[in-house]
Amino acid sequence: MSEAPKPAAPAARGRKKLELDPRLAAYKGVWVFIEHERGTVHPVSWELLGEGRKLADKLGVELAGVLLGGPGDPLDAFAATAHTYGADLVYITRSPVLAGYRNEPYTKALTAVVNQFQPEILLLGATVQGRDLAGSVATTLATGLTADCTELAIDPDNRSLAATRPTFGGSLLCTIQTLNYRPQMATVRPRVMSMPAQQPERSGRVLEAPVELVEDDIIAKLLSYIPDDATDQAQLAYADVIVAGGRGLGKPENFKLLWDLAEVLGAEVGGSRPVIQNGILSADRQVGQTGKTVRPKLYIAAGISGAIQHRVGMEASDVIIAINTDPKAPIFDFATYGIVGDAVQILPALTAACRARLAMKRAG
Amino acid sequence: MHIVVCIKQVPDSAQIRVHPVTNTIMRQGVPAIINPYDLFSLEEALRLKDQFGGKVTVITMGPPQAEDALRKALSFGADEAILLTDRAFAGADTLATSCALAQALRQIGEKEPVDLVFTGKQTIDGDTAQVGPGVAKRLDLQLLTYVAKIDELDLAGRTITVQRRAEGGVQVLKTRLPALITMLEGTNEMRFATMTDMFRAARSPLTVWNKDDAGITDISKIGLKGSPTVVSKVFAPKPKSVPAQMLDIGGKSQTEIADLIIDTLSAKHAPLYGELFDRAL
Repeated sequence: MSEAPKPAAPAARGRKKLELDPRLAAYKGVWVFIEHERGTVHPVSWELLGEGRKLADKLGVELAGVLLGGPGDPLDAFAATAHTYGADLVYITRSPVLAGYRNEPYTKALTAVVNQFQPEILLLGATVQGRDLAGSVATTLATGLTADCTELAIDPDNRSLAATRPTFGGSLLCTIQTLNYRPQMATVRPRVMSMPAQQPERSGRVLEAPVELVEDDIIAKLLSYIPDDATDQAQLAYADVIVAGGRGLGKPENFKLLWDLAEVLGAEVGGSRPVIQNGILSADRQVGQTGKTVRPKLYIAAGISGAIQHRVGMEASDVIIAINTDPKAPIFDFATYGIVGDAVQILPALTAACRARLAMKRAG
Repeated sequence: MHIVVCIKQVPDSAQIRVHPVTNTIMRQGVPAIINPYDLFSLEEALRLKDQFGGKVTVITMGPPQAEDALRKALSFGADEAILLTDRAFAGADTLATSCALAQALRQIGEKEPVDLVFTGKQTIDGDTAQVGPGVAKRLDLQLLTYVAKIDELDLAGRTITVQRRAEGGVQVLKTRLPALITMLEGTNEMRFATMTDMFRAARSPLTVWNKDDAGITDISKIGLKGSPTVVSKVFAPKPKSVPAQMLDIGGKSQTEIADLIIDTLSAKHAPLYGELFDRAL
């Protein structure tokens, strides 16, 4: 999806060529909010730096990362990594109050930093943290925010951000612009943009951006954090191999076939919306517009028709193998390989064949 | 305890079709439903009412026919319903929507203070997840999004403790009332409304507010005028030009089909094949 950035040409409605208010024209630069949790930067932040680099180059401005965190967070190391992914500079706000994400202090800090340094574009990952923060900061800044964008471009006529996103469950795309307000904010889901190549020699500036925060002013207290390792929360977005099932698999018992194949391949299990709505798979395994966007190296779609709502979540996969009894199923319009057949029959055979292949490789 | 649940009537997107020529949404015959994510929040609010007593008010901003969504919510057990409808709200983006809703909530709170506000995690038509946080910021409510479980509600101490989904884990957060909560999907199951409930809901009085009733005076902050974002283009996704290469399975057994799939990967995608099969079990 992100491979072929076509400039979104907005329909002229008389307000296209627009002289920005001088106060707004002072907003310069493209910013990416670098999200981290428990010592790890969310990869979506690097994906956004890759995309932000293109926007900044088109505008002829600098690309900056913005990092908020506590004294225990390796913010300088994160900043150095941000440089290797394309950031010219990184703003860092450090405070004990910013240890561990909480909406209130993060909203305050990001609002303050934006108001001080005035970027024209601010991008965040459409993660739970990014969406929680973006929705809040857009309100405190009273500016426009476009959620879940799949394509970002610069409108050549007015240098504004043209953010394209699916709407109505992916049936339509719309391009949204924030003309008279700055910064222009957008969120992008993990895996929608490709990961940029890292340039290990690249370095850049770091700018301390102190914000006064007092713990006593913050009402919400973080009592504890239960990491997902302790639970079985699915990690679909960054899985290399996904075995997904749809309505075509029939009865709930048949979904065991997905799990069997996934186990042999070291894959994650996913599903289309009807499967999640029927409670056969948990919501964190839903692939599609209302679920996760994925781009694994291999996506096996078993009994999935490939409706647009599912397609938008997985069409960036490297190789898609689709198995469906209906030769006219839309999934065959965009899969890499298609098999017209009953997944309920083919899956067990595929599991057995994969197991045999592994055994052979090990023996050999 | 007074809980307000904000809901939205949306077209059932599973049944939406796009006109192939004009690229417009064909709304005819598409049923309007309560945004499915809102139901998790409504059910959670009703459970709190069952446990602690009090009152649940539902509010929606939308066209007059959004009354159906409110009646549905009443049938599930909400006590009062407010329809916020005015032509001045038309064309609102999320910032303008949160402005109008926040003002209406202020108005509700003046008559009867609000302890908790619930909104859906996001809608299925807009998918933005921005209105809840927007309302919370405007009313200075403690924002708790993606809540998986309410651990404790202490009405006397005015505190709430929740489990909130975070990236890679769950946060246990304790904060003060009033708070705004968005529930994660699948956290509960909406109760069943009986025929009696539905008849009661159909006869229930319903409050209809226009912008003046809601106490909205600055119309530059609502509707199209109050919306920083502009939709500049709407179009259908461009179909990918390359259809799947169909594997010929004529007369083959299931085992042969399975081998054909694996051999295809081996022949055409050697690195992937290597990653899949060159690893230890």
